[in-house]
Amino acid sequence: MTLNTSRRGFLKGAAAASAVLLVGARPDGALAAGSSNGAKLNPFVKIDADGTVTAIVKHFEKGQGPATGLTTLIAEELGISMEDIAYEFAPSDPGTYNNLLFGPVQGTGGSTAMANSYMQYRQAGAAAREMLVQVAASEWGVDASTLDIVDGQVTDGSKRAPLAKFVAAASQLPAPENPRLKDPSEFRLIGNAKVQRKDTPPKINGTAKYAMDLHLDNQMVAAVLRSPRKGALVAGFSDEDAKGIKGYIRSAVLPNKAGVAVYAEHTWAAFQAREALSVEWDNSNAEMRSSDQVREQLIEAVNADPAYVLTETTASKAQSSMDGAATVLEETFYFPLLAHAPMEPLTCTIEATSAGGVVLHDGCQFPTGPHGALSQILGLPMDKVQINTMFAGGSFGRRATPVADYQVEAALAFALTDRSRPVKLVWSREDDITGGFYRPAVAHRVRVGLNADGGIMGWDHRIAAQSIMKGTPFEAMAVHNGVDHSSVEGVAQSPYVIPQQHIGLTDVAPATTVLWWRSVGHSHTAYVVESMMDAAAKAAGRDPVEFRLSYLTGDGADQTRTAGVLKLAAEKGNWGAAPEGRDQGIAVHKSFNSYVAEVVEISRDEDDYVKVEKVTCAVDCGVAVNPDVIKAQMEGGIGYGIGHVMRDEITLTEGVVDQSNFPDYEPLRIGDIGEIDVHIVASNEAPTGVGEPGTPPSAPALANAIAVNGPRVTALPMINNGVDFA
Amino acid sequence: MTLNLKLNGQTHQVEAEPGTPLLWVIRDELKLTGTKFGCGVASCGACTVHLDGEPVRSCQTFIEDIEGAEITTIEVVDQNPVGAAVQAAWAELDVVQCGYCQSGQIMSAIGLLTENSKPTSAEIDDYMNGNACRCATYQRIRAAIVLASEKLEA
Repeated sequence: MTLNTSRRGFLKGAAAASAVLLVGARPDGALAAGSSNGAKLNPFVKIDADGTVTAIVKHFEKGQGPATGLTTLIAEELGISMEDIAYEFAPSDPGTYNNLLFGPVQGTGGSTAMANSYMQYRQAGAAAREMLVQVAASEWGVDASTLDIVDGQVTDGSKRAPLAKFVAAASQLPAPENPRLKDPSEFRLIGNAKVQRKDTPPKINGTAKYAMDLHLDNQMVAAVLRSPRKGALVAGFSDEDAKGIKGYIRSAVLPNKAGVAVYAEHTWAAFQAREALSVEWDNSNAEMRSSDQVREQLIEAVNADPAYVLTETTASKAQSSMDGAATVLEETFYFPLLAHAPMEPLTCTIEATSAGGVVLHDGCQFPTGPHGALSQILGLPMDKVQINTMFAGGSFGRRATPVADYQVEAALAFALTDRSRPVKLVWSREDDITGGFYRPAVAHRVRVGLNADGGIMGWDHRIAAQSIMKGTPFEAMAVHNGVDHSSVEGVAQSPYVIPQQHIGLTDVAPATTVLWWRSVGHSHTAYVVESMMDAAAKAAGRDPVEFRLSYLTGDGADQTRTAGVLKLAAEKGNWGAAPEGRDQGIAVHKSFNSYVAEVVEISRDEDDYVKVEKVTCAVDCGVAVNPDVIKAQMEGGIGYGIGHVMRDEITLTEGVVDQSNFPDYEPLRIGDIGEIDVHIVASNEAPTGVGEPGTPPSAPALANAIAVNGPRVTALPMINNGVDFA
Repeated sequence: MTLNLKLNGQTHQVEAEPGTPLLWVIRDELKLTGTKFGCGVASCGACTVHLDGEPVRSCQTFIEDIEGAEITTIEVVDQNPVGAAVQAAWAELDVVQCGYCQSGQIMSAIGLLTENSKPTSAEIDDYMNGNACRCATYQRIRAAIVLASEKLEA
């Protein structure tokens, strides 16, 4: 690094004038630094005059761990402890805080928080360290290479001084272009299993503030009565019966006629008044289909020629390659619509500022979307819209929609007022379960031909799905040659080297809005591929682990890393040596550039009721930044995958959602799942996703365990297809 | 109606209509937001508080039924030795993910350990079954209850 630091007098003068050291990035990606007195700079790390260090976390915290992970990166490179660093969530500014994997968009998703922040936040921490050290070297009259920051103090090994002493002067320096990053052998915090979550303390004593917990002076609470059918419009309404409800203010039809906004002094009054409304709906453009019809369409589509062929091998080629097969396995799979049902129902608040703008308070997953939407709806320039990102009570994909659905609804409700009072939009659980944006319903049909030696001769794989990406701003990124990658990911580009494999896709129009749901396409593709691999191994009379490994040969990274987690899970899960009365199933899957294998062990009681006793998981996600957070994400991802295939589905009857709340969309309960044992592969590869990759293998591993002494379940949820759970 | 609500050792005079769930009085009137709204139908446990020491779902507890009862919320449970032990165990094992259900989990765990200081795994599963966690932190919840039990015994 080259810095002009010979002007000691200047540095001393600067120390009195400025207070804060900020290090971040310019929109072109280069490191930038400055002080609070300088030009506008949105930092990744902020060091106050008193030496207080704060990481500015650009990814929202829904439990997946970036408040800990991104903070760890800064603390590691800066040379401070986890106790000596605070964090806050970044404002909306896609120039600085964009997701490097999303382009000019600020957002969290696709298990990318660590993957895209790892170098960026380390560099910011390292730059701050070099700038502070440079000032100390100048003041102490020594070479900067003789100094370092250790335990939060600048030191030459004997002499020590706190960071505060050098902050002001450092804030006057330009950022180094290429600060030296620590060698992995120097890591104290990255990879340290003892590093604890930064967000635990406020989440166990009731002080953590989620968007649902915001209470602004003079706020109104708004609940929206929406049509039970997508596409229906308000034709008229009466609030006569709501007028006697204490706290009720008024109701108004949303400008898009999608619903009636009910304003009240508090939440209970808003919910009560909404129940008292009578609304007339215009159903002329409403969706009237039932999910049974959609299911029939999907099954029909996988039995016809696909609209898109992804492989060089055509369907007929794959079929003819099975001529003379000793065994041909054929299965048709069906996956229902699923709701995300995050624990905190959707909510956000909009308030006017004294400067003529607004603030959106939100557990905001994709700030760039609602930022633009609010600007447009409220007629404000972008710089008059601020976003205050708060804790989110889960998401699983739901808080990020291409159309910023609930933030738009809040903006429409706010626009109908005189803007003098903040408006807090609150969804109930019923709003959440019935509100659309589901994991799409999907069908697969697979034929696998096996030769007399139990080897695969051909594999014909057809998928019919409701496209998530088509018709959204993400279409250009995710749809190529008509194929929505999110419909086929996990079958396409599978690490298995399968001979004569055909993959085809047909789109079926959704009867409701569909959305990415934890692990997106992998939530169904892993189930199908891993069920078929298991069925094929069984038909061939071969061990399911050995069978899979025989299609993961060669020294490609995908094959070796997939084989690595498969072998590790088998070893740690005592594969093939289940305790008396238990059955094991195994599955492995690559998603979001991470590799995960899981062994599920089940028992059956005297009535044949199944219980998930144990899950053993092996994960290879590159450098394990926060091992305990990774373990937690695997545990949670497994529970999410297993819970939904056990019991859950969203169905529609003439366009109306049949489920409404947890009693009929039953979450996984504590008694449903036993021990989960997670093992992390040691790796120096770049870190990859952990929020989603635990989910895909869990359901097929369960299905494969059930198939040992029970049915091969090909339609979900399992409770409707021949399996009872204890 | 006007109601004298004994909450966290203090008496609050609150105005609310009969039929109002205690949850909304705690959250919207008293502005104690550690108690969460999750489902409104007593099926997730996020709103769990203690009523005379017993865990109840505040979304299905109506204010006209609780005059005179002592209500305790997550904000003050560290003042009780069982509560402090449960919170310490939760912290030590980093149970939380999104954290939204955890106030309710902790209130139920305190209820369990107050009536059964050494629960078995099956007893934990049985008692905690009404507290949903969409992040599926269940195995850590189970381990933290065992750890809290050990802390209380020590």
